[in-house]
Amino acid sequence: MILKQMITMKENFVKSREERTKRLEEMALKIRRHIIREIYEAGSGHPGGSLSATEIITALYFHIMKHDPKNPKWENRDRFVLSKGHSCPTLYAALAESGYFDVKELLTLRKLGSRLQGHPSMKIPGIDICTGSLGQGLSVAVGMALGARLDSRLYRVFVLLGDGELQCGEVWEAAMAAAHYKLGNITAIVDRNRLQIDGNTETIMSLEPLPFKFKAFGWHVTEVNGHNFNEIIDAIEKGFKIKGKPKVIIAHTTKGKGVSFMEGSVAFHGKPPNDEQFKIAMKELGEY
Amino acid sequence: MFKDYKYPREAYGKTLRELGRERKDIVVLDADLSSSTKTKFFADEFPDRFFNLGVAEQNMIGVAAGLATTGKTVFASSFAMFVVGRGYDQIRQSIVYPKLNVKIVTTHAGITVGGDGASHQIIEDIALMSVLPNMNVFVPADCVETEKMIRAIADHKGPVYVRMGRSKVPTIYDDSFEFHPGRASILKEGNDISIIAIGIMVSKALEAAEELKKKGISARVINMSTVKPLDEETIIKAARETGGIVTAEEHNVTMGMGSAVASVLSEKYPVSMFKCGIPDVFGESGDYKELMEKYGLTADNVVKTSLNVLKRKR
Ligand SMILES: Cc1ncc(C[n+]2csc(CCOP(=O)(O)OP(=O)(O)O)c2C)c(N)n1
Ligand SMILES: [Mg+2]
Repeated sequence: MILKQMITMKENFVKSREERTKRLEEMALKIRRHIIREIYEAGSGHPGGSLSATEIITALYFHIMKHDPKNPKWENRDRFVLSKGHSCPTLYAALAESGYFDVKELLTLRKLGSRLQGHPSMKIPGIDICTGSLGQGLSVAVGMALGARLDSRLYRVFVLLGDGELQCGEVWEAAMAAAHYKLGNITAIVDRNRLQIDGNTETIMSLEPLPFKFKAFGWHVTEVNGHNFNEIIDAIEKGFKIKGKPKVIIAHTTKGKGVSFMEGSVAFHGKPPNDEQFKIAMKELGEY
Repeated sequence: MFKDYKYPREAYGKTLRELGRERKDIVVLDADLSSSTKTKFFADEFPDRFFNLGVAEQNMIGVAAGLATTGKTVFASSFAMFVVGRGYDQIRQSIVYPKLNVKIVTTHAGITVGGDGASHQIIEDIALMSVLPNMNVFVPADCVETEKMIRAIADHKGPVYVRMGRSKVPTIYDDSFEFHPGRASILKEGNDISIIAIGIMVSKALEAAEELKKKGISARVINMSTVKPLDEETIIKAARETGGIVTAEEHNVTMGMGSAVASVLSEKYPVSMFKCGIPDVFGESGDYKELMEKYGLTADNVVKTSLNVLKRKR
């Protein structure tokens, strides 16, 4: 009897996770289509790092984070800092799909008069800090986390970093401060796509052994497949149970994920698809 | 001429401490120089609202930004050289572009740092901070003004840069003085020439005016402590009424307060003018008074310059 109950519980658990994954995967696919269209319409932008970060940002906005699109300044909202600001097409799509603004506005990216600047700005509801010049977001997250502590608020602070970005010294200043002040309310996620503008991170300026670096700085480290929702979500949620320590999730990803000719491509770090590439990309992403 | 010499940075620390007692939203950051910037006065009384970020100025700026997004009124301090020099991009992107409520209050600006030499003597911070949209740039002339200024900026929502030196300066204001952003203060009326000064040079300007008086010249002395927003009205009025302007500042003559005044004059009311300041060279080690002599930051030089401007007056 008990055994049977346990089996049903397990089945329900598996089923609800499958449903969750299905829902999130559908959203991720939608967001990828937005990304390609946004950048194509803009005629410039950064598809590679936007596509590699899609599951991470989707998991945050559509499962993990407490936020209210109707009340973007809600004081207890979880905070998100897109430290690698060039991946904003993904963030803009997630904000639009959440209901912060109309999805139609996505097509105004980078156009004169648009709220959707080429890198995140304060013009957009749901964005708390400007980014674009790399290396600064983790510092801002530390400030947000200290602010939460001062006000005894329970919100969490999430920050997405590029792997190339980790070459910035300020990131490690901030990493040191987060551990020193025991900021357990910070979860950093590294989009470990192993590419930056000029090539592979390990040839340009090697980051490995990356987990050990964060460990040595006093962080709790988890590594996941950054395109697998269960892995991302489990790692973030398990991290919540570890108190008094900042958490970093090194999310192994593929730059350009989801569009065959962009995958693993250095060229598509910061280049829009041309007309033909746009059509192929949209087809691959399920739009006929 | 002056009797009471004090450290503006001490006035800063004490005012911060008082603000801390009055307001819970005041948070203070420093980067391992709290005993010099005097944020220590606040830190000792409010350890929970003071964060030392260590020798990591860029991070300090970002942390200040993050705290400001949560509704805090944040004061971030260190030596001007290290905050402005090391943290320029961080100030630009994380504080001024998003227009966050952070007050960057620095000390040890200019050559009066003395013995530490050029590595520590920033002479370009006013230039760097003034060219940032949304930024306010203020330079107090004495301890009274420092206190009033710090109180005023705590009430103002948005980014502010305040620059102080290391050394003592004579007290020139009494307690009735009020600081208003965008409004210069006229310390002495005069009709023949106007001396516009900031910081440590305000007292030198007053001394120069005394000297000029002995020569039968009536000099107006203006403290342009609000470098941005600049008090254009007072500048134009001075140009119209006195016909000649001398500026005096402990900053590079290139792109400092004098340049800001010059650009107002050239567009709106051109008159004969000359800028006293550091002549686009790096400083060096030395006693600060000797350095001020060497680089022309003296009442004598302001007098000489004023006489030259008077000669060129039409
Ligand atoms: C301080 C700074 N230097 C240089 C750049 C230009 N830049 C934009 S993206 C990028 C590479 C970033 O690589 P990574 O962090 O790995 O991003 P991702 O692969 O996720 O796109 C560079 C150098 C910048 N934005 N900021
Ligand atoms: Mg990368």
